[in-house]
Amino acid sequence: MMNNKFLGRSIVIMSALSTLLIIAALVYIILDIYSGGRNYLTWEFLTGNPKEGMTAGGIFPAIVGTVLLVLIMSVACVPIGTITAIYLNEYASKTSVFTKMIRFAVNTLSGVPAIVFGLFGLGFFIQFVGAGIDKSIYSDGQLHWGQPNLLWASLTMAFLTVPVVIVSVEESLKTVPNDLRAAGLALGATKWQTIRKIVVPNSLSGIMTGAILAIGRGAGEVAPILFTGVAYFLPHLPQKLTDQFMNLGYHIYVMATQSTDVEATKGIQYATAFILLMLTFSLSFVAMIIRYRFRKKLKA
Amino acid sequence: MIENHKIVVENLNLYYGKKKALNNVSIEIPSNKVTALIGPSGCGKSTFLRALNRMNDLIDGVKIEGKVLLDELDIYNKNIDVVELRKKVGMIFQKSNPFPKSIYENVAFGPKINGITDKKKLDEIVETSLLRSALWDEVKDDLNKNGLSLSGGQQQRLCIARALAVDPEILLMDEPASALDPISTTKVEDLIFELKKNYTIIIVTHNMQQAARVSDYTAFFYMGKLIEFGETNKIFTSPSNKQTEDYIRGRFG
Repeated sequence: MMNNKFLGRSIVIMSALSTLLIIAALVYIILDIYSGGRNYLTWEFLTGNPKEGMTAGGIFPAIVGTVLLVLIMSVACVPIGTITAIYLNEYASKTSVFTKMIRFAVNTLSGVPAIVFGLFGLGFFIQFVGAGIDKSIYSDGQLHWGQPNLLWASLTMAFLTVPVVIVSVEESLKTVPNDLRAAGLALGATKWQTIRKIVVPNSLSGIMTGAILAIGRGAGEVAPILFTGVAYFLPHLPQKLTDQFMNLGYHIYVMATQSTDVEATKGIQYATAFILLMLTFSLSFVAMIIRYRFRKKLKA
Repeated sequence: MIENHKIVVENLNLYYGKKKALNNVSIEIPSNKVTALIGPSGCGKSTFLRALNRMNDLIDGVKIEGKVLLDELDIYNKNIDVVELRKKVGMIFQKSNPFPKSIYENVAFGPKINGITDKKKLDEIVETSLLRSALWDEVKDDLNKNGLSLSGGQQQRLCIARALAVDPEILLMDEPASALDPISTTKVEDLIFELKKNYTIIIVTHNMQQAARVSDYTAFFYMGKLIEFGETNKIFTSPSNKQTEDYIRGRFG
């Protein structure tokens, strides 16, 4: 008896300690990054260009590049992911081989290392699709689409984030009670009308959460854009889809490894990392709020 | 029986996979009357009800044989549009299931998918439907309130209004009052009494008193078979079948 009690108590203590450890690690990382970069976190830092070999100035082009990247990525991955989730949850037979293949593909896709997506993007979008467009449309022998750019990088990133959207949307479709589907159908609505007017409006939170999680993921990943569009330094902001762009994560990487004076960029590295962290945190936070508010609405 | 028959079912068999849920059911359901389906759990009465608006189609592995004639048209004929059928045959579920939308939008849902966009016309349909379901006086000032904020009994009457709004000819009710308190139950029963003037109503119920109170005809199901069907008075006072009598007297079920 005593033994059991002791065991029970030690498990509680151990789980509390593990939880504390995780929280402590997170707090430490944030504090460390903040204290390293706090002297650089100014308005000018957010709105200025890098100067003097990145040892001074701001990160504005990297912020713009990251935002453009995730926007174009979302335009691709949110609709595709949502439609796939609707198909999987509403139309597909749970037991068919085809459905199982799609699920297997989605699961595998979410387990593929990010750098492999980068190489895939290089091989598929740039050397195959891009080069193909150049060959068939332009005859000047110049590279137009057959080189790294904003569009190919965004689409490559979309491949990485589409499973995030699918999973999130499907989870929220599952929370729509079957009673509501039956009610719609019994009123003479077609299956598609029921999905469009009842099921989807009730899973909007899942779609938005999926989009935000995908954006958070896309904003933080660097490997997929490494070969497909990101640039070390650009004097201008990207103007069109065929332009290259700067990116927050990559910016940290180049300052830490490619700069002529790594020591001098350290503060800026910290500050950039802090901005990137805040960006992804606030997106996750917004996703959390949307889910919470929506749950309340369904219960009202 | 000399009345008009709204629904005529001939030799209906229904299988869930290998399990036979309905066994050779034949019945003639009269127009503008309330027909109650009674019987112990699992006897097939709900399955039978759902066969009348083809809601069983949604379940994987359902096989159906036999005929269900609605106004002499076989609803299982290949040329029948299920969507049109369900507009004619409304359904009220056991658990009230209003959409998480406003009261107005709940009732207007059916007319809207039927292509009615005129605001005036919609207002009119919403009002008549709510009047018919005896909910209008309670909600007329809060039509924009969420349907889920109503009480259980009000929600069920909202679902009835929603079904009435598509102007059906038949109402199928699957234990519509089983989750309601006695006062709400009385309101729903009064409503059924009122509605039979204009609609043919088929109601599944576990409650014998309710069947006796609201229905004109009663069908007793047992183990997937229709055991006895006749005027409610007769079924409840002098059933001709021993099983019916045992069930009604509460000896099993």
